[in-house]
This record gives sequence, C-alpha cells and structure tokens, in this order.
Amino acid sequence: MAINWFKYSAPTTFYGLAGKLIPWLAVSAVILFSIGLYIGFYVAPVDAQQGEFYRIIFIHVPASILSMFLYLVLAGYAALGLIFKTRLSAMMASAIAPTGALFAFISLWTGALWGKPMWGAWWMWDARLTSELILLFLYLGFIALHASIDDPRRADRAAALLAIVGSVNVPIIYFSVKWWNTLHQGSTIKFTGTSMHVAMQQAMFTMLAACWLYAAAVVLTRVRSIILERERNTAWVAELPEVKQ
Amino acid sequence: MNLDIWMRENPLTYIWLGSYAVAFIIFVVEVAMVRHKRKITLQQVRLLRNAGVEE
Amino acid sequence: MKKTTMFSLLVLVIRRDLVLAMRRRADVLTTLVFFVMIVSLFPLGVGPEMAMLRKMAAGVLWVAALLSSMLSLGRLFLADYVDGTLEQMMLAPQSLSMLVLGKMTAHWMVSGLPLVLMAPVLGLQFDMSAQGLGVLIMGLLLGTPILSMLGAIGAALTLGLRGGGVLLSLLVLPLCIPVLIFGAGAVEAASSGLGIASHLSLLGALFVLALVFTPWVTAKALQISME
Repeated sequence: MAINWFKYSAPTTFYGLAGKLIPWLAVSAVILFSIGLYIGFYVAPVDAQQGEFYRIIFIHVPASILSMFLYLVLAGYAALGLIFKTRLSAMMASAIAPTGALFAFISLWTGALWGKPMWGAWWMWDARLTSELILLFLYLGFIALHASIDDPRRADRAAALLAIVGSVNVPIIYFSVKWWNTLHQGSTIKFTGTSMHVAMQQAMFTMLAACWLYAAAVVLTRVRSIILERERNTAWVAELPEVKQ
Repeated sequence: MNLDIWMRENPLTYIWLGSYAVAFIIFVVEVAMVRHKRKITLQQVRLLRNAGVEE
Repeated sequence: MKKTTMFSLLVLVIRRDLVLAMRRRADVLTTLVFFVMIVSLFPLGVGPEMAMLRKMAAGVLWVAALLSSMLSLGRLFLADYVDGTLEQMMLAPQSLSMLVLGKMTAHWMVSGLPLVLMAPVLGLQFDMSAQGLGVLIMGLLLGTPILSMLGAIGAALTLGLRGGGVLLSLLVLPLCIPVLIFGAGAVEAASSGLGIASHLSLLGALFVLALVFTPWVTAKALQISME
C-alpha cells in the first residue's frame, strides 16, 4: 500500500485531514478517560502502603510521560522544520508547546499533592521533580521566544533551534533518577516484575492513552488555527466552506 | 494545621478536589481557549476574504 | 593577501574583542561588582551563622556567577550587530563558527575569568576551607566557559529583540542548571570527604560537548536572526 505521506505534510491537505480526525480523537479521549477513572477508582484495590493516595498516579504519571514525550515530539518537528524547511513542522511545534507546558504543570501539581501525604512536604528537591520543573521552564522559554519575535519565519526557526538545544536536557531528566538517586521511588512501570496490581496497570495505561488522544485533539485544533492564520491570503483558505459561509 | 488530619480522613475527596479536579479544569480551560482561538481566527479570515471579494 | 589560518583568525577575533572591552572597562567592572554584591547580600539575607554560611558558600558563589554571566551576555553580539560588523563577519569567507568561538572566548576572558579570580576572596568571607576553595576554583574554571558558550546561543537567538535581556535569562538559565549542579556538587563532595573526580569529569564532559557544538549552533542562530 503506497500512501503518499508528503501529501499530508502540506498545510492544505493536513488542514482537512486534521479536521476529520479531531472529533474522533476527542470522543475517544472522553471515553477512555471515563474507563480509566472507573478502573482506577472502583476496580483497582487499595495499596497496602500508600492507601488511597496512590490513586493520584493515574493522572500524575500520564501527565509526566506526556510532558516529556511532547517535548521530544516538539523538538523532532522543530528539527524537521529547520532541516527541510517544511512549513507545517514549525506550525506543529508551536501548537504542541502550550499543551506540553500544561501537562508539565499538571505533573508538578499532582506530584506536590501526592508528596504531601507521602513525604509530609509539598515539595522535595529531588531529581525528578526538579527536572520536571526545568522542563516547564524549557517550554516557557520556547513559548516566550516564539512570542517575542514578530516575523513568523524567524520566530519559527529561532524557537526550533532553542527546542533542539533544550532537548539535550530531556535525557538528563531521564538519567537524573540514577545520577542523584534520591527520595523519589523508582520507576513505577516495571514490565518484568509485578510491583503493580493488574488493574492498576490497566487504569494507568488507559489514562495514558486518553491523555495522548486529548493532546492530539487539542494540538490539531490549535494547528488548524495557526494554518488559517498563516495562510489567510491564499486562495485555498478563501475557498474553505467554513470561511465562505 | 488540620489539613493533614482532614486529608487522612477523606483521602478520596483530597485526591479528587486536589488533583483530578484541577487537571480536568485545566483541560476544560485549554479546550475552551483552543476553540475560542479557532472562532476568532475564522472571523478574521472571513473578514479578510469579504474585503477581498468586494474590491 | 596573507592567508589566514583558523587559529590566527581565532586569535585575531579574541584580540579585537579584548581591545574593545578594554576601551569600555566600566562594563567589565559592572559585572564583577554585581557578582561581589550578590554574594555579599546572601549573609545579610540569611543571617551570620558561620556554620550555615560555610555550607551554602559553593552554591551561593555558583548562582552568583551564573547570574552575573547573564548580565553581560546581552552585549556579546549587540555592538557588532548595531554597527554592521556582524553582517561583514557573516559574509567573510572564514567559518562563522570559528569567529563565534573567538567571541565566546573573549567574552569568557572578560566576564568569566575575573569571577574565577575573585571567587577565592569571596569564599573566605564564607569561611570556606582551602581544599573547598581549590575545588571551587577548578569547577569555576571548567564551568564558566560553558556558561559563556551556552549564553552565546541565547544571545544570538534574542539578537535585536525588545526586552531581550530578561528573555535571554529565561532561555539560558534552565540550560545552565547541570553546570550549577555539578559545579556546586563538587565542592559539596569535597567537604563531605567524597571523591570530586566524578563531578569534575562530568563538568569536563559538558565542557567538551559545549566546545564542539555551541559555536556551530550559535552560528546557525546568528544566521536565523540576521536573515
């Protein structure tokens, strides 16, 4: 089967494709959120050590994973945009940034609320919390740099370069757990051992999938607005049914 | 402070109000912002197009 | 025309920037005074207990060095950008990365090196041990060039933007955090009797990494900002 991927890398076709995808993504995100919450709160048993408090994990871990992966995706698009000068990649990068920053914030917030009953403090200067905070700063730097340059092409390229430089930081975030080996418990998802109950794993992966779908829906909606804004003077935009009405 | 005692007595309320409610409010606000941006952008593009048609 | 090798080009740029810096000595002094002032403010803020100050010393000196190196970064390319020299440099047949490396080196010699030389004096204010001071100096010698190099990327990206100074700090400071951690960590390790080799070699690895990549990245950033 030969799909012409480059066809969808043009803003024109991507705009339509994204428009068709968004309702499906949004609906499945809502469904999966409901399933995940149901399993997480009604099926998964109470943890022996942490009691009910561990249930924060179902939002905390997906949010942390997404905040990191979205940064990598952002940096990937940024690199594509710089190397191949594709217009869409830069637009995707700037559409991802706010969502990534929000996930980083959610991760920090829920982490603090989890830390209070577990450690007795809202905030610990441990490696992972700190790296998550740095990640939030990286997102904010990207957004601030993009916002303060008036020429959109220069903004895209400057922010892209910053994102690539910042992505050097993401492996450091990952290895920081081993380097500083502090309070934070080890990685929770273990594929070999069974440190987690099956229902807990199911709930977490369902929530993770839901967060992915949600992020995709929001980012695609945002990128459609950006495409319209950037291409407002072109003929194809003027011919769109939603513009014509 | 009695927050510590309260959270141990009502862990589920604490989790819901503290984490999940905040996360979902953030989601809802983000969705609202994204949709608002789409509305505004569409309006601008329509204005531009109509100005072009009249010329 | 005489053939310019890479090295002589580097020396040329460094010498030119140093001469320019010597013409504006006030700028250099401002950075240094800022550094001294921040460090001296800390005891006033947290209280004069020597035991606590001794523990804090390395961290305070490192953070102060970080902040004062941000202060002078805005000027790294600005003067050349305003008077058009930068444009000439970009048109020159020589590699822009090499020119950038020269500018970074000069910037470090003007704003980083004085901090390193000043640090022992300030360390004494905090009653640091001789061994701690030695490690601090080693760390700063390895670390401050990294700050100049990473900062150059930020300076190139924010070239000619309004409010560039604050933005520059926002962009560069998160990138500098590993340097801060290993630099201050080395002193911490020395004072608690652990080996300093791992911290300093990680710092050295960061230095080499920065030396290889940042001139090139900064050159790219300059091209983006100038086009």
